[in-house]
Amino acid sequence: MVLGTYKEAISARSTDSKILDVSQDGGIVSALLCYALDEGIIEGAVVAGTPDEDWRPIPTVVTSSDEVIAAAGTKYSMSPTLAALKEATRQYGLEKLGVVATPCQVQGLRKAQAYPFSRFVADKIKLIVGIYCMENFPMASLDTFATAKLGFDSLTDATKMDIGKGKFWLTKDGEDTGLAIKETHGYEQAGCNICMDYVAEWADVSTGSVGSPDGWSTVLTRTDDGETVFKAAVDAGLIETKPMDEVKPGLGLLEKLAKGKKDKNGKEREKRAQMGLPLPVEY
Amino acid sequence: MLEGIKKIFGGSKDEGAPKVEEKVEAAPETPVETAPAEETKAASAKPRIGYIHLSGCTGDAMSLTENYDILSTVLTEMVDIVYGQTLVDLWIHGTYAEEMPEMDLCLIEGSVCLQDEHSVHELLEARKKSGLICAFGSCAMTGCFTTFARGGQQAQPKHESFAPISSLVKVDCALPGCPVAPEMIAKTVVALCNGDMEYLQPAIDKAACNAGCGCDVLTGIIRQGLCSGCGTCALACPTRAMGFTEGRPSCDRDRCIKCGTCYTMCPRAWLPIKRIKEDTGL
Repeated sequence: MVLGTYKEAISARSTDSKILDVSQDGGIVSALLCYALDEGIIEGAVVAGTPDEDWRPIPTVVTSSDEVIAAAGTKYSMSPTLAALKEATRQYGLEKLGVVATPCQVQGLRKAQAYPFSRFVADKIKLIVGIYCMENFPMASLDTFATAKLGFDSLTDATKMDIGKGKFWLTKDGEDTGLAIKETHGYEQAGCNICMDYVAEWADVSTGSVGSPDGWSTVLTRTDDGETVFKAAVDAGLIETKPMDEVKPGLGLLEKLAKGKKDKNGKEREKRAQMGLPLPVEY
Repeated sequence: MLEGIKKIFGGSKDEGAPKVEEKVEAAPETPVETAPAEETKAASAKPRIGYIHLSGCTGDAMSLTENYDILSTVLTEMVDIVYGQTLVDLWIHGTYAEEMPEMDLCLIEGSVCLQDEHSVHELLEARKKSGLICAFGSCAMTGCFTTFARGGQQAQPKHESFAPISSLVKVDCALPGCPVAPEMIAKTVVALCNGDMEYLQPAIDKAACNAGCGCDVLTGIIRQGLCSGCGTCALACPTRAMGFTEGRPSCDRDRCIKCGTCYTMCPRAWLPIKRIKEDTGL
């Protein structure tokens, strides 16, 4: 299946205006983390924050709703988020952890659970919220988009960054400026070119904007744990939902993009193999 | 997990000369004559295990004992420890063992000091006497921090070369870690008892690896265009040698102890897809 195994696909958004004010789309990641924290399902979470507000992602441990909200919003550069699991388990001493992870990070987490070479970390991961991810950009690429391609003085002038409707968007002084996605091609990190996973297929619950209307997110519940937390957050009134087949552009777009990534990067993998370059060994 | 292990061994019969109390303990668990299928073959006799401690800090043995919940069951019901200085007070250079017994599996902790005749002899002997040799922990597998030894110290100033055991003998599987994580040991024990070779395959493939180092992430992942900057290597590193610069791991070589855990855990080095799907149901 091109979207991996999932129980339910649903369009959803947070009902909390504090979250929606800062969230990338429907605020599902923040809503789930806040709910899980409040209910004691997790004691903390590791996320990609940008404490200096310069778009540089910094792995961050959050233990309260306020901290979750302070770290909300997508960062389009690499965050070695999993590194912060060390801090969360060792310094903070947290026993039950949530992780917000891109597909490659979910792979790292699941591998660490299957082969726990790092002592007493993997067993503390209770909730993996996966985010859809086509590719990720080095900071220098983002700088290029802002300054060389969109004429900003500096990337830090941007108050919002987004990818959607075929464009890479930066917002400055309340005004959105778009850069055609094909202008960004070739600026993504190389490691993304061999990734076959768009929708975080091994997360407990995956989410992202694609498939749902503006301000909403498409949610895929995958594991029992993921489904339980999501449904409970809906029942608690923290998340409102719409059936996927009633929203535009709908699940078809998500499937199309997921398949597109697999096709394109599958070719890149073949090309590498032909050149004799290594790929991750699969067991 | 304990239940799982018990289940595996519940139906087994000791073919050799079993100790009476163990047989009694195992008996109530024996279900209606388990079919002697392939699964039970691996468990038909208790594996004879040896544990050799070469040059290391005993951290791996301590890690083993951190599996409190399953340890007594493992030691009394599931395996026979037939050789080992610490665990059963047998050492070929000591008083109580003239000869090393035959073993199915010998876990070897620590690197081998090439100037220590006892260590070299014990290792070579283990290779002759044991069906399988497992490099247990990074010192045995890669040399780990004993790599930095330079000799010139009391009580043996000549002892300066501490090599991965694969430099002297063929190694069948390797478990890196400084120390090996307790959960990893438990999972390996379960797999071993189950005859679950699939789970052990990565450890088998790593058997001859003796190059563990933060550099592996550089040469094997980043330089190959495989790194996604996920951060797993920094999570893996027991000494926090692995930092991140511009989305890429950056190894502080003054801190790196060459345990190889960073490369081992990297999802772009190898990925147990089948196992993950089974574990998660995804």
